[in-house]
Amino acid sequence: MEPGEIHALLGENGAGKSTLMNVLYGLYQPDEGEILVDGKPLKLRGPSDAIAAGIGMVHQHFMLVPVFTVAENVMLGAEQVKGGIAGFLDRRRARREVAEVSERYNLRVDPDATVEDLPVGIQQRVEIVKALTRDVDLLILDEPTAVLTPQETEELLTVMRSLKAAGKSIVFITHKLGEVKAIADRITVIRRGKTVGTASPTASRDELAALMVGRSVRLTVEKQPGTPGKPILEVSGLVVDDDRQIRAVDGVDLTVHAGEVLGIAGVQGNGQTELIEAIMGLRPVLAGTVTLDGQAVHGWSTKKVLHAGVGYVPEDRSVDGLVKEFSVAENLVLDIYDRPPFGRGLSLKPDAIAKSAKERIEQFDIRTSSADAAVSTLSGGNQQKVIVARELSRPLKLLIAAQPTRGVDVGSIEFIHSRVIRERDIGTAVMVVSSELDEVIGLADRIAVMYRGRIIGIVGPNTPREEIGLLMAGITPDTAAGAGSAAPAGGAATTAGSTSGTAGEPGAAAPAPEGPGNEDEA
Amino acid sequence: MSTTAVPDVAVAPVDEGFWTRTRKTGAVLLALGVLAAVLFGALATGQQARFTLSETEGGAALEINGTVGAILFGVIAAAAGAALLAGVPKRWFTLTLGVGLVAFVLSFLCWQVSAAPEGRNFMPLVNIVRGTFILALPLIFGALAGVLCERTGVVNVAIEGQLLMGAFSGALFGSISGSVWVGLVAAAIGGAFISLLLAVFAIRYLVDQVVMGIVLNLLAVGVTGFLYERLMQTDAQKYNSAPRFGNWEIPLLKDIPVIGPALFRGNIFLYLGLLLVLVIHIALFRTRWGLRTRSVGEHPTAADTVGVKVLGLRYRNVIMAGMVAGIGGASYTLALYSFTKNMIGGKGFIALAALIFGRWSPTGALLAALFFGFADQLATYLGAIGSSIPSQFLAMLPYLATILAVAGLVGRVRAPAADGKPYIKG
Repeated sequence: MEPGEIHALLGENGAGKSTLMNVLYGLYQPDEGEILVDGKPLKLRGPSDAIAAGIGMVHQHFMLVPVFTVAENVMLGAEQVKGGIAGFLDRRRARREVAEVSERYNLRVDPDATVEDLPVGIQQRVEIVKALTRDVDLLILDEPTAVLTPQETEELLTVMRSLKAAGKSIVFITHKLGEVKAIADRITVIRRGKTVGTASPTASRDELAALMVGRSVRLTVEKQPGTPGKPILEVSGLVVDDDRQIRAVDGVDLTVHAGEVLGIAGVQGNGQTELIEAIMGLRPVLAGTVTLDGQAVHGWSTKKVLHAGVGYVPEDRSVDGLVKEFSVAENLVLDIYDRPPFGRGLSLKPDAIAKSAKERIEQFDIRTSSADAAVSTLSGGNQQKVIVARELSRPLKLLIAAQPTRGVDVGSIEFIHSRVIRERDIGTAVMVVSSELDEVIGLADRIAVMYRGRIIGIVGPNTPREEIGLLMAGITPDTAAGAGSAAPAGGAATTAGSTSGTAGEPGAAAPAPEGPGNEDEA
Repeated sequence: MSTTAVPDVAVAPVDEGFWTRTRKTGAVLLALGVLAAVLFGALATGQQARFTLSETEGGAALEINGTVGAILFGVIAAAAGAALLAGVPKRWFTLTLGVGLVAFVLSFLCWQVSAAPEGRNFMPLVNIVRGTFILALPLIFGALAGVLCERTGVVNVAIEGQLLMGAFSGALFGSISGSVWVGLVAAAIGGAFISLLLAVFAIRYLVDQVVMGIVLNLLAVGVTGFLYERLMQTDAQKYNSAPRFGNWEIPLLKDIPVIGPALFRGNIFLYLGLLLVLVIHIALFRTRWGLRTRSVGEHPTAADTVGVKVLGLRYRNVIMAGMVAGIGGASYTLALYSFTKNMIGGKGFIALAALIFGRWSPTGALLAALFFGFADQLATYLGAIGSSIPSQFLAMLPYLATILAVAGLVGRVRAPAADGKPYIKG
């Protein structure tokens, strides 16, 4: 690493990026080898050593105490105290420090806000401020864009540029090629714990992807135009509350036809989760109807909905999708364990389960040591394949896939996408919900954008990213009237600046080529 | 540069409708007040209800006609309820509710005192206040031990055992050495011993903390019971006759009416307990130690990544908690009674309830402990004046209150997020 350099660390999930960085941050101890800082070997016994050596890290899952204020989070571990041995906190000084740093790097945050009340993008900013107040020279960002909207991502990239201008070095861990090409000065690709190459940002996306997975992959989803048939899923006037009894879905109408993919785009937390859970019978429907192939299914139990021919890939595989302690084979029959040939009466048929598991492991290319291995020992991508395999192994009328490729490596993404399209082609209605706009655009025949519990617009798959991005921020072409949807950079900024705070700085909202993952080739 | 980058995704809160939590509370209070005015007013006699400012019947007293008092205070309680129902500003909520509840209790007392037989129809406030604090004291120490443990992420069900071990070792070593101070230190070490076991098994060996706490309680009962029978009973003179701390009078403060004689002529444990509440409260919310302790109890991984030694801090705080509880146990054996088998008798569990009722805050725990102590003292008092209300009914009150509190009916109760979850690095 050199001062003022943005170094991207690129690799599939489970390639060892995060582990490497955790070693660098002192959380894990290296078995062999050493770390050199300014030519001198450095021994890190814990994060405090790393901080002392000028290394800061923004973790993938934020390391913030939700009930603390921003200032408390920033000072934790490096508290300014007065009053000698008693160690009273000097809150005024902490607040001033937060204000100073956020001023200097243009990262405005309110030091007195409670972290749990802040949106994800701001929380990330708090993390960056936290690192900067510790005078770090090297900042590690572990998958920082995984949880951000396109607009927030743009802002983060702007922040990174200004940090670079201030002479800080940044290690940027990601598996998104577009961002890497947009910001990195140097790229190191890691595969299976080894450096497999370094590249410059001018390398083409295909080259980088090939380095990452060790073979060439298709980055776009190959598909024929869909041939929509009769409506399968019809949702009308649906109203659903979230866990806090706050209205999350507020009158949604939508239809999914046989043989088409309806993509649902939107920033996380705009009611997508609750919409799906309501359809699946996991959450009470307060008003409205859900019909499946002409039959009203709202109020049904989840089991009944599943048996009516609905496949469901839940958004959080480790919580809702799998029983982690169970074996791969057991997880593959979670939905139909009680039906022949897998079970009869009170007993299971282990032979039938094992046989079918073997077939499906092969069919879906699930990389596991054996069908009896606990599913938690598999990589994220392979765990996801277990779920997809389970759900696609029954005859379906409707497939609902929520975040089907979150935290999944490129190879598995490609595979899962092709299975989804194949399912569509045999006439299943498919609904894909994803916070990855590229995924929605790539898969969908129609895209519905959700904002604050409503469908704010339904557009075709060839709609420009910027237009969908604005919809995701709640700005419809009507409200942006006068600016015109064809002028995303300048025009959007003027209208969006006040409503949603889209990057208003010239260049920050530069058009397509810098948008993550939008260009097909370099 | 834009600053409000994210569209605020939070959906507007659903209109709760007319029945907000404040209004529900108000309605309940209104009903209680009306009930008090009607029922207690009808049952009260026309006799004077005397609340004497001393320990005896004589001397200065606050007096009110029983019927008038019961109705008046009932009406006040109802008015407070009506105010909540009509909608008072948020910052007035606690005060209004407090006034209402106190008025309800007073209405009840006017009935009880006025209906008591001649010669006993007075309430000595000094005794009531002093008794409340004495009964609350072990709860205060126990709940503080809970605060120290649970704020740092270790569930402390072993408060009972820590109190008992403190009481035992205070009595034993106080007797052998003949010194109250040796007894006090030994009590702290005894309590710390139990919590050290809790710490080692919970933090190092990741044993379920609730199960471990229960086991430790049983262990403490067993060990102290065994040694009591085999050692103390064989030679009580030598092993179970610890010297006791006397009462220390605090100049000036001791002359305040009611409060003075009740609070400022107490023993060291009373002062120590109140001081600890203050110290721990300030330390927890104002110092570096407190910030780190709370961060470890809420999100240990976050604390670890900024260089806080999670496990070390947990060990330290859990052991400190044991010392506090141990001293609390000694408030029995080094001030009031000699040691008897299982003498804590479940106070450790009530302390746990006080901790929850007080929402894991030292001052909250103090108030909860005082409330429980008051209910306990009231039961004793009503028994003494020959009340028609069974004392068991009043003794039940603290538990009922705790159930209501835990069920979230008295505001939201939120435990530290990592409470009871062992921290495994990496």
